[in-house]
Amino acid sequence: MNRSPVLEVKNLTVKFGPDNPVVDTIGFEVHAGETFAIVGESGSGKSITALSVLRLLPVNASVNADEINLNGVDLLRKAEYELCKIRGRRVALIFQDPMSSLNPVMTVGEQIAEVLKLHFSMTKQAIRQRVIELLTRVEIPEPEKRVGEYPHQLSGGQRQRVMIAIALAGEPDLLIADEPTTALDVTIQAQILALLKAIQNKTGMALWLISHDLALVSTMADRIAVMQNGKIVETGRSASIFQNPTHPYTRKLLDALPSMDSCLGHKREQKPPLLKIDDFKVYYPIRKGIFKRVVGHVRAVDGVGFEIEHGKTLALVGESGCGKTTLGKALLNLIPAYSGRVVMDGIELHKLTGEALRRKRADIQIVFQDPFSSMNPRMLVSEIIDEGIRALYPKVGAVDRYARVVELLERVDLPPDSAHRYPHEFSGGQRQRICIARALAVQPKMIVCDEPTSALDVSVQAQIIELLKDLQKEQGVSYLFITHDLGVVAEIADEVAVMYRGKIVEHGEVEQVLLNPKNTYTRELLAAVPRLQNKDV
Amino acid sequence: MIQYIIRRILYAFPLLLGVNILTFVLFFVVNSPEDMARMQLGHKHVTEQAVENWKQQRGYHLPLLWNAEASGTSKITETIFFQKSAGLFWFDFGISDSDRRNIGADIKQRMWPSLAVALPTLLLGLITNICVALLMVLFRRSYLEFGGIVLCVVLMSVSSLFYIIGGQFFIGKVLKLVPISGYDGGFQALKFIVLPIVIGVISGIGSGARWYRTLFLEEVEKDYVRTARAKGLSETQVLFRHVLKNAMIPILTGVVVVLPLLFMGSLIMESFFSIPGLGSYTIDAINSQDFAIVRSMVFLGSVLYIVGLLLTDISYTLVDPRVRLS
Amino acid sequence: MVVLWTDALIFVLLLGMIVLSVYMLRNPRMSRPLRQIGTSKTGMVSLTVLLFFVAVGLLDSMHFHSKDSNEIVSVLDQWLSPIRLHGEKTYSAPFAAHLFGKELMVLEDGSPVWAYPRLQYGGAHLDDPESELFYDVLMKASIGFIKSAIPAAIVLVLLVQRLRRRQNALISQASVKAVAWTVFWIVTVCGTLLELSSYYHVLGTDKVGEDVLYQAIKSIRTGLVIGTLTTLIMLPLAIVFGILAGFFRGWVDDTIQYLYTTLNSIPSVLLIAASILVVQVYMAKNEEQFTSLIVRADMRLLFLCIILGVTNWTGLCRMLRAETLKLREMEYVQAASALGVRRRIILFRHILPNVMHIVLISVVLDFSSLVLAEAVLSYINIGVDPTTHSWGNMINGARLEMAREPVVWWSLAASFLFMFTLVLAANLFADSVRDAFDPRRMG
Repeated sequence: MNRSPVLEVKNLTVKFGPDNPVVDTIGFEVHAGETFAIVGESGSGKSITALSVLRLLPVNASVNADEINLNGVDLLRKAEYELCKIRGRRVALIFQDPMSSLNPVMTVGEQIAEVLKLHFSMTKQAIRQRVIELLTRVEIPEPEKRVGEYPHQLSGGQRQRVMIAIALAGEPDLLIADEPTTALDVTIQAQILALLKAIQNKTGMALWLISHDLALVSTMADRIAVMQNGKIVETGRSASIFQNPTHPYTRKLLDALPSMDSCLGHKREQKPPLLKIDDFKVYYPIRKGIFKRVVGHVRAVDGVGFEIEHGKTLALVGESGCGKTTLGKALLNLIPAYSGRVVMDGIELHKLTGEALRRKRADIQIVFQDPFSSMNPRMLVSEIIDEGIRALYPKVGAVDRYARVVELLERVDLPPDSAHRYPHEFSGGQRQRICIARALAVQPKMIVCDEPTSALDVSVQAQIIELLKDLQKEQGVSYLFITHDLGVVAEIADEVAVMYRGKIVEHGEVEQVLLNPKNTYTRELLAAVPRLQNKDV
Repeated sequence: MIQYIIRRILYAFPLLLGVNILTFVLFFVVNSPEDMARMQLGHKHVTEQAVENWKQQRGYHLPLLWNAEASGTSKITETIFFQKSAGLFWFDFGISDSDRRNIGADIKQRMWPSLAVALPTLLLGLITNICVALLMVLFRRSYLEFGGIVLCVVLMSVSSLFYIIGGQFFIGKVLKLVPISGYDGGFQALKFIVLPIVIGVISGIGSGARWYRTLFLEEVEKDYVRTARAKGLSETQVLFRHVLKNAMIPILTGVVVVLPLLFMGSLIMESFFSIPGLGSYTIDAINSQDFAIVRSMVFLGSVLYIVGLLLTDISYTLVDPRVRLS
Repeated sequence: MVVLWTDALIFVLLLGMIVLSVYMLRNPRMSRPLRQIGTSKTGMVSLTVLLFFVAVGLLDSMHFHSKDSNEIVSVLDQWLSPIRLHGEKTYSAPFAAHLFGKELMVLEDGSPVWAYPRLQYGGAHLDDPESELFYDVLMKASIGFIKSAIPAAIVLVLLVQRLRRRQNALISQASVKAVAWTVFWIVTVCGTLLELSSYYHVLGTDKVGEDVLYQAIKSIRTGLVIGTLTTLIMLPLAIVFGILAGFFRGWVDDTIQYLYTTLNSIPSVLLIAASILVVQVYMAKNEEQFTSLIVRADMRLLFLCIILGVTNWTGLCRMLRAETLKLREMEYVQAASALGVRRRIILFRHILPNVMHIVLISVVLDFSSLVLAEAVLSYINIGVDPTTHSWGNMINGARLEMAREPVVWWSLAASFLFMFTLVLAANLFADSVRDAFDPRRMG
């Protein structure tokens, strides 16, 4: 494949103000018909690189480069109005979140037609024809009907398909896909990726993929560039990078990647159950009519039952909207349950109210997904951690409480002086450690971990998982580990329950569910997970 | 949708009842009709008889809530509350305290001049503010924008009274372009309302344009604007086709809520320019301490506000495809 | 020493503000927004101007019985005694030595003439005003300027030097310089005006011959009282109701929403008018309670603040309700309930501190609109007492004279100048406060 490059970037540097460059003298090429991927963790400058090529960055960014060549044309020497003719026509972009990337008050048809009107002279009839053609091409059912619909009426996957249709409308030579599937569920992700591949094969356009997901990239890309702190640390053919990574950072990334195979060899021993839930339901009322009577219910969690043993981890897996987070919160009585039994150590938790419930709260704690919104920004770390002790054990004195805070901080591998700092001074992974310390402070028997690693970079994710495993070994705490990421499940879980539309469709030992699934939905889910292609097992 | 509207209309009743009770308490419980009579007739040298007559003529001699002397349903109907407050519900405003004119007829006659001034002011102001704000957003991060912001703050810091006095002085008195104040029927009214409209628009630019600018800027930051740029739209096209369309939703609904209230007119504007609208009517009533008119205007204002709220909700469904009323 | 109601409340408020500033200065979380205000030149300059107005208002809020006339006067009155007591007969233009209107005068020889009489105080020291006036004004102005500029310059230079050496982190060097210049100009302008005022009526006199500059200065307190006391009354209502409605939802929310929709639905001017009418009737009925004119006027001012506060809390309440609704779903609030923290403690520890930026921003923003509102209300006669000095009353009094030839413009100009300065400073300061504290504008 020695075709001429579609895009050639030499010594690109991007700065915001006088600070250090976000993108630091990088260069790369994208060839016709190939898939080129830039991989990196959050903040590595990969999205900024893509936007800077088309001069789409905010005004306060300064972009410097020796050359940005598109099909032999230097984009740096083009005036703004000339770039307008290139954007959407020669180079098209799709973004991470299709909901916010589409204009909410314009119909899908209008938004696609806009590109056609802008770059081609076509009759109204032809435009409509073409829009429907494009929608058909991105495999949206009933395209004639969808043309007049608004983005909020479509599902997440369909919205991303519309974004792709908008990108294809200009028949571009290069399609830049910036984290195109990060906001989507795995099964939808697989479909979108397959669609992109198919379209690429048909049109022969170049695809520039930007992603944080190594496994995904390994299934898609021909060539890969690994980016760290604004620099490209390694470039090469996909196969060679995954087989012989030369740069230590690449190796670190690869090692941190959770793998489905790590569930092998889990030893199973019977332990008494800690928590048992039975026919558990969480319904939201639907109110209608003049007096807002309850006419029905949305069944968010619809008759779920399972057991969790002492010191064990049950992973609750499912896609967005399946009710897994609702279930977790309802277990802690943060959301009222509709019916069902929750028995912990012989006590029926959902029969407790008032003071009795408050005292019993120490037993189950929760760690949330977003490490930024899960701590009060106006409280010191020491106050955050000892909040539970103050509430549940008011007799503990200030000195003892502080000693306990320091002990907990050390336990989650944070320096003791963190106690006098505020949450915003910490990174995402460190914050998650503080949240774990807060939960541990009241010595819970069980912790509900609600996607605790989803907002973190892979390398940090691996550290948090390690910490959780260590804690379990030491303190015998059980986890209900809620996640959409099957790779993480393999790392941590003893048992897996797969949830779909409010119900548990498959439940069993981790090895059996991940490697030998019975349920069709579970199988679909597993098939959709991108795996490293060339890695030696 | 219809169910929603019905529910909102039903909800208006407790609100209006609340308004009614509040005004009743303010006007009849905190102050007795006796006090009002003395206030109207002058404090010092007034005979009991004069006060009684005054009350009798205006129907304030009845008991407040319960007429023990009457019989049957008139135990309730023959009271001040029923006759003076409840009547407002079927828009029976009664007679004014000072000159005993029919308030309802006065309102009907006076709301049109109010509307003639207030509606053009609102619409022209809206257009002007949007244009100024769009210009500022289009030239953002330039000196033009900075100048615009400074100008807005300066304009905002001037009291509306000075706009009126200044306008009357320079345009009316020095340049003699239009009459300083007054009103006339038909098309003759035009020359009288031009000045209040112009002044109304100018005095609103400062805060209005600033507010719209923040709305536009909020939209400009959004992801779909980036998509629009990536399609190859130029900055102006992005602004007019995408940003304006989205930002118009809060702007329009903000306008709709005040639409019904335009009938009430602007108090100071009308009194400065002697426009015989409801605004000056209210001011005259306040100055002559005519409680009956003030009470009617309070109720009317509340009704119009509640209508405005309902219209706002409905207009949301019309302009924003995401909103479904239920 | 006489303590009027509004005086007492102003000092309570002052105390509260001092406590709040000390708290903010000590709290490390606050250092970032405070530093942002500290580096904003416009913010600091407008704060300086505001503080100057506040100082004048505070001086005017310390009342006592005057020794010579048994009137209730303030410390400021005492200071401004020359201008306060040098009343003329009626209108006179700024720097005039004669009255504005011609009068029938009797000459020494007994013959009557129709001429402009000399003023009793303004330019009284001049023998021939026509020729001497201009140079005398220039002379007196320069003397006043030099008298105040030299000490001000020395003090400021020393202060700035010391600050520079101490590397104060909160205020940037550029702001320090700008603030120093502002203080310098305020001091010299005040000095010049004071010097001139003992010989002339710098801004003329009004219908009853009172010095307009004095009126405008006295109005500062009225503006400040309305802008701040109203907030003091509004805040508890808005905060308590807003947070309760958002946090507890259900019937509490319904009731509070009903309450503020009802209040909101009454056009605020009418509600204020109705309440003021009621207050007027009440005050007319209980005349014996108000011992003197100033106590009576003060009562009315207080009532006006209460009424404005009661009609104004709904906007902030709605904002706080919306924010609380958002906050109660935040994960740290949920984590707290999972830890068994009691609900009222969650309210105080997690909700209240995280809505305070909204309160702060709205207080600063409301201030200028309240000052402007006072003028309009006074114009419709539902504002402060007609005997209270206020910019609204000044405009109201001067408006009718616009028809005169030549125009009596100085009352309007004076109130415009003072009001504009105060409101502009407040608006600019509000902007920098909002930029610093609004999380959406960060970064």
